[in-house]
Amino acid sequence: MAQTNFFVHDKQDHVGVAVTDIKAGEDVSGWVMEDNSTVTVKSQNDIPLGHKIALYDLDQGAKVLKYNVVIGKASQAVKKGEHMHTHNLRTLRW
Amino acid sequence: MTEPIFYGYKRENGRVGVRNHVAILALDDISNAAVEGVASIVQGTLPLPHAYGRLQFGEDLDLFFRTMIGTGCNPNIAACVVIGIEPNWTNKIVDGIAKTGKPVAGFAIERNGQYKTIETAARKAHEFVQYATELKRVECRGSELTVSVKCGESDTTSGLASNPTVGVVVDRVVEWGGTAIFGETSEITGGEDIVAERCATPEVKEAFLKMHTDYMNLIEGQGVDLLGSQPTQGNIAGGLTTIEEKALGNIQKMGRKAMVKSALKEAEAPKGTGLHFMNSSSAAAEMVTLCAAGGAVVHLFPTGQGNIVGNPVIPVVKLCANPITVATMSEHIDVDLTGLLRREMDLEGAGDKLMDMMLRACNGRMMSAEILGHKEFIMTKLYPSA
Repeated sequence: MAQTNFFVHDKQDHVGVAVTDIKAGEDVSGWVMEDNSTVTVKSQNDIPLGHKIALYDLDQGAKVLKYNVVIGKASQAVKKGEHMHTHNLRTLRW
Repeated sequence: MTEPIFYGYKRENGRVGVRNHVAILALDDISNAAVEGVASIVQGTLPLPHAYGRLQFGEDLDLFFRTMIGTGCNPNIAACVVIGIEPNWTNKIVDGIAKTGKPVAGFAIERNGQYKTIETAARKAHEFVQYATELKRVECRGSELTVSVKCGESDTTSGLASNPTVGVVVDRVVEWGGTAIFGETSEITGGEDIVAERCATPEVKEAFLKMHTDYMNLIEGQGVDLLGSQPTQGNIAGGLTTIEEKALGNIQKMGRKAMVKSALKEAEAPKGTGLHFMNSSSAAAEMVTLCAAGGAVVHLFPTGQGNIVGNPVIPVVKLCANPITVATMSEHIDVDLTGLLRREMDLEGAGDKLMDMMLRACNGRMMSAEILGHKEFIMTKLYPSA
């Protein structure tokens, strides 16, 4: 098995979670836990273990899915492979 | 999954404990010195000082008594001395604990002074230690356990690995016919509809949703939101961005199978086996204290960034899947689940590992938080005292 760099909870999800420290420009491989499939993406940023990587281009305001449930909205446009965290993802609750 | 056995303490009322404490319980803040005084001269006692107990009123006072009496009734406590400033409230707690049939005695400081109180209470505590240390562990069944769960300093590895591992064990405990308690009302914001759908009846669902709404109204009634508090700074450092994301990770702990049989008030004991929600703060020490007062005898605590909480009455089993935390804080972690992130084990295998450690804790193995001296006995207070 090739090294898995990130996990994805559900195949509908827009983000994966790094399980290794990821460097900018790396081609990284993700395991989709729901259906045991594999996705690959080129990372745009350094992404520390535990932080999220965008799996799709997302418009500003787009609802973001993880666990196949909305976890917030993109507070700015996001490119596939970008680090997603407090700078570009915001809660819908407060 | 076959129901396991372990060796615990059968109490007078048939309940099963996994520790055998002689507790010295303070009625109120000003009795703490006497409580500490007794514990310092009677070896084998557990002092339980705290910050409250004076001029509380209404629901907050009800919760105070529920927490005090519930703690004294916990099956991990073999016998209990209660010390308070005056006899009336002291005896109210003694009477509540006495219903379990366990040895309990109360001492009031007024009209006696601290030295005399310490002496008389110490002589009783001395007897209680002699009594408790002759009790033997006996064979108990997994179904006799009440297990509580709450996570802390969570990060994304909690939702990926350690929380669903707790969920596997919760499913098994309920399958055996045991009891499990989860809670953290504000922290399931974003996942509250998922919890609501798991409620066993429309009445439970309504009660649960009302607890959640009331809690959020209380917070918003202060004219603030929880941005900056929920997720916490530690959560954010660990990669969690929003409350919804945190909540969806959090509720993995309730497992995938059991329905929620009741929505309990803070520190309220479940009225039957199965899975129960308890209205509670998400602050670790407060939540574990409430669960212990509700009758939990062992607590499963997944952490991401490394919450180090413990409890004086119930062992806290700490599990973690974040390799940085396990490497840098190993003395706090009882179950290393980093193999889940390397895909060396699956959730069922992780559940086996956690269940094994939980049963070892129940058999008497000290958990890391106990060895490290973590005795956070922290009461939940609903509003200011009068």
